[in-house]
This record gives sequence, C-alpha cells and structure tokens, in this order.
Amino acid sequence: MTTRIADRRPPALLIALNGFLVVWLVIAAFPFLWTFWGSFKVEGDFFSKADWMNAITGPLTTAETGSSFTATGYVGAWVQEEFWRAALNSAIVVVSVVCISLTFGTLGGYALARSSYRYAFWLLLVALVFRAMPPVTLVSGYLLPFFEWNLWGHLPTAIIVLVAINQPFTLWMLTSFFRNIPKDLDESAMVDGCSRFQAFRYVIIPVMWPGVITTGLFSFLLAYNDFAVTAMLLSKENQTMIPKIASFLGTTQTKGNVMFAVSSVVSVTAPLFVLVMFFQRQIVSGLTAGAVKG
Amino acid sequence: MKHRTFFWFFLPSAAAMFLFIALPIVSVLMQSVFAPHQQVVREVENCSVFGCTKTTTVDLAATAALREAEPLGRFVGGSIYTDRNHLAFSEVAVLASTADGISTFLDGLLNLPFYGALLFTLTYTLVVTPLSILLGFVVALAVNAVPRFLRGPMIFVSLLPMIITPLVGALILFWMVDARGVLGALIQSLAGDPNLSVKASTPLMWAMLMVYGIWSSAPFAFVVYYAGLQTVPQDTLESAMIDGASRWERIRYVIVPHLLPLTTFMALIKIMDNFRVFEPIVSFNASAHAQSLSYFIYSDLGGETRLLSSAAATSVLTILGVVVLLSPVLVRTWKTYGRGAA
Repeated sequence: MTTRIADRRPPALLIALNGFLVVWLVIAAFPFLWTFWGSFKVEGDFFSKADWMNAITGPLTTAETGSSFTATGYVGAWVQEEFWRAALNSAIVVVSVVCISLTFGTLGGYALARSSYRYAFWLLLVALVFRAMPPVTLVSGYLLPFFEWNLWGHLPTAIIVLVAINQPFTLWMLTSFFRNIPKDLDESAMVDGCSRFQAFRYVIIPVMWPGVITTGLFSFLLAYNDFAVTAMLLSKENQTMIPKIASFLGTTQTKGNVMFAVSSVVSVTAPLFVLVMFFQRQIVSGLTAGAVKG
Repeated sequence: MKHRTFFWFFLPSAAAMFLFIALPIVSVLMQSVFAPHQQVVREVENCSVFGCTKTTTVDLAATAALREAEPLGRFVGGSIYTDRNHLAFSEVAVLASTADGISTFLDGLLNLPFYGALLFTLTYTLVVTPLSILLGFVVALAVNAVPRFLRGPMIFVSLLPMIITPLVGALILFWMVDARGVLGALIQSLAGDPNLSVKASTPLMWAMLMVYGIWSSAPFAFVVYYAGLQTVPQDTLESAMIDGASRWERIRYVIVPHLLPLTTFMALIKIMDNFRVFEPIVSFNASAHAQSLSYFIYSDLGGETRLLSSAAATSVLTILGVVVLLSPVLVRTWKTYGRGAA
C-alpha cells in the first residue's frame, strides 16, 4: 500500500515519534528480558548490592556453580517446591473454565442477541454491574457458605466460581458477536422446519468459531491470571500457579530462595508469550470489538 | 425469540451468575450485619479453707455448640459499618470536634483504615486512568507512523505489559526497583542517596504502584486507539487538507472527534479495572504504605483469624462505590439503548 498524502509527516515529528516509540518498547520489554536473564543467576547476582551489572555478567554465579548460567532456581521451584503440581492444577482449572464458560456463554449470548424483548437489555445491564465488581468482594461472600457445606478448597469449586465471574464479560462479547451474524441465517433455517436449537446447532455453530476463539482467549487470561479467587478458595495442595508464587514470597524470601519465585515467574510468563505470539490478531480484534461499536 | 426458548438458552449462564454472583452479594450483606459469637464464659466459685474465689473460665463445649448452631453469629445490625475499621462514625465525630483545622481533620481521617484505603483506591483510579489512556494514545500515534511490516512485532511487544498476570508483572517491577535491583540502583544514583529504598517510603511506594498501573494499562488504550486510527475516514482527512487545514487542525477536528467515543468506552473499562487494584499491593508488599479497598478485604479474609464480618462490611461499601462510579454510565446506557430495545 502506498503512503497517502495525509499520512506524510514532517521529519522533526517523525523523529520525535520514533524516539518515543523506542523508549516505550524498552519500557514494555526490558523488565521481561531482565528477569528472564536474571533467573539463570544466583540470588547474590540478581539482587546485587555491589553493582547492578553483576546481574548480567554473574560473577557470583560463576563462583558458586562454575558456570555463568545456572538452573538451580528452576530445579528448586519445579522439583523441590513441587511447582509442577501447581502447573498441573492451573492447567486443569484453565481448560475447564474456558470450556464451561464458552458453552454457557455461547448459549446465553445467542439468546440475548436474538431476543427482542426488553429483559434482554436489562440482563446485559445487570451483567455490566456484575462485571464491575471486584472479585474479592464476592470471595468474602463465598467463604462462610463454602466452609459450612465443605466445598472449600477443591478445584471444581474454584472452577465454577471462575466460570460465573467470567460470565458477564463472555456474555457481552458473544452477544455483540452474534448480533453481527445476520438474523436471516438462522431464521431461514427455522422457516425450513428447524427448531430454534437445531438452527443454532446446524447453522450458527459452524460460523461462530472466530468469535468464540477470541472470547476464549480472554476467558483463558482471566482464569490463568486470577489471584483473588484461587488464593482464597483453594487449599494448599490444590493451589494453582499464581497463589503458589505468592506463597513463595512468604516462605522462601526468608530462606534466601527468592530465586524460586523468580524462576517460577518466568515459567508463568512463557505460556503467555506464546499465546500472544500466536493469537495477536484475535486479541487485538477482541479488545477493539466492544470499543469500535460502543 | 420466544420466552420459553430464551429461558432454556439462557438458563446455564443465568444459574451460574445467580448462584455465584447474586447470592454471594446477599451472603455478604447478611454477614456484614452479624458478628462472630463471643466465647461462652462461666463463672466458677472455688472454695477452700481460705475462703472462696471466683474465676471465670471459657466453656469451650458450649462455645462450639453455639457456633455450630448459628454459624452466622449474633445479629449486630449496622454496628460493624460504624466501627473504627469502617466508617468510624464516633472517631470522625471526635476528630471533627477536636481538630483545629481542615488539614488536621484530614490527617486524622486518613489514618483510619477504611478512609485511607478509599483515598488510595480513588487516587490510583483518578491518576492511572487518564495517564494510561494518554500514554496509549501517543504510542498508537507513534506505531501508526512506522512502516507497516514493523507494526506486527511492535504490537506484540506493546501488548506484553497488559497480558502479563498482574501479580507477576508487579513482582517483576518490584524486583527491579529493589534497592539491590537495576532500577533501584538507578533511582539511588539519580537521587544521590545510596540508602534510598522505595520500600521504606510511602510517597515512593504510591508512585511505584501508579507507575505499575500505567505500565500495565497503557497497552489496552494503545490497542483501541490504534484500531481506531485505522478507521479514520481518509476522505475527510484529504478534503480537510485541500481546504487548507494544518496538521494540528486535522488532528483536532478530524482524528480526535473520531476517537472520542472510544475514549469514553476505555475510560469506563479502565475505571472499573483500576478501582479493584489489588495484586500490585500484594506483590510490592506495600500494605504498610498503601492499602486499597480490595486489599483491605483480602487482608481481613486471610490470616489466622478470618474476619468475615469486617470483610463483608467493606465489601458492601466497595460494591456501593462501584455502583456510584458506574451510575453515570448506567444512566446513559439506559437512555440510549433502553428505550430503543423494547
């Protein structure tokens, strides 16, 4: 595509913009690179009183382990502190939350998009209020009943709670997505004798995947990144990764093993990088979907 | 769609939201007006040759039985809301009568835990929301000016601070500003004070929390504005040029009006998100210097003694705060769509 006349910018402005952009890219990326690099050092280098350059060159790491890179942080976290168990729990929680909330969300979102009654609008408005509530306020409502009924501490409890907290957002996204699918499509199927559910099953489901994948990505992020719900509702053996990292800070900082936390932080970040790499387009379109129409 | 079909389609979603969002709100309301049972105390008289002494002992069995029978506790009405850890009516009244000026009154008010948390939450929301939107806007303008093939990788990098787990992103920043970390060393050399520590200073801690907030929420504004810039009507831009509009006038009269609706949307989302600020305070271990409403609830819920009633009262007040913040939007949405939808 050729540059339009309207896109041409004076050189001084271009230099200022590009300079700013470089600064921003460093601010956005440097913390990750720094932590990734530092996770292969020993604590004395990553947190160096003497000289911050030690975190890059790693003299103490060489002195302690014989090489300038060491995986002791990773071994300590994954094997000794059983971070793999938390990773497994996270995987179970995230996959279940995404599947269940998409199932509920597509059915509900489709209904909201196709209903012309006033209550559909009110339901969406209520969902907006629910979306705005901090999850931790709800957690204080869960604890007492969950203790009473012995539901506290189990993975399924956290999963269903996360599904529910996820619903308002999922409904909003999928409703606006289904509204973009022409009504004629399923209505003509119904004229041909399909029931509403058959029309949904055979006509809508085959064309809904782009919207569902985008919404699924955000459900994934919500479940994966959650701290408030999983930290308060899961028992120690069922902990997912994020509360586990938080517990490293409480217990291991005193023992001088903060590198466990650093290496597990890098481990948690890696899947997110891969996700953005593969689904950048969907994430961008999902973020803007609500905005461009609203 | 018929009512009956709608009902069945919407049922799973409605059930999940009713059971785990609506009922918990009721549960929070209930818990906030009940306090835990006090221990059942019995007075026992011990008599010996030297006379009788009265001692009080805790009747553990009776206490446990009472707690078993009424797990909610005893009804205390609104007293939890008015106690020192929440709205602190009596403390505020004392302050109002003793303070010799508005500044001493405010100082005393902000030392009360609830008002302190409220002030931090509101300051955080009001500072981070506009600044992150502004930063995102400038980044979007800059990315829009680079050649097309470079934009993909730049969007990738720019998305990272937003996509990262809040707790983890804040931890990464916290380690860097540690007195022994790279940013901490930089700050120390800039300030010329080798003993400067962000952890020890309340203003620096507030500033760091807000820097984290801006860092992590600017990408959202960037993405929305970037997408908005792609849809700026080129014809309007070109005709504005032909009419002799300067570069600044084109931004002012074509691009900004085009992006304004996006800004309202973003401000709404960001206010909701910033109002629940929570994880960075855990990561920065900042509770001595700054508490948000969410953190206040979290710290009541955690620990050895779970202060459920106190957490519930704060939760109710927080939910009220959310509704107040949202009310302009709700009214506007109702006015725009509510009548048309029927």
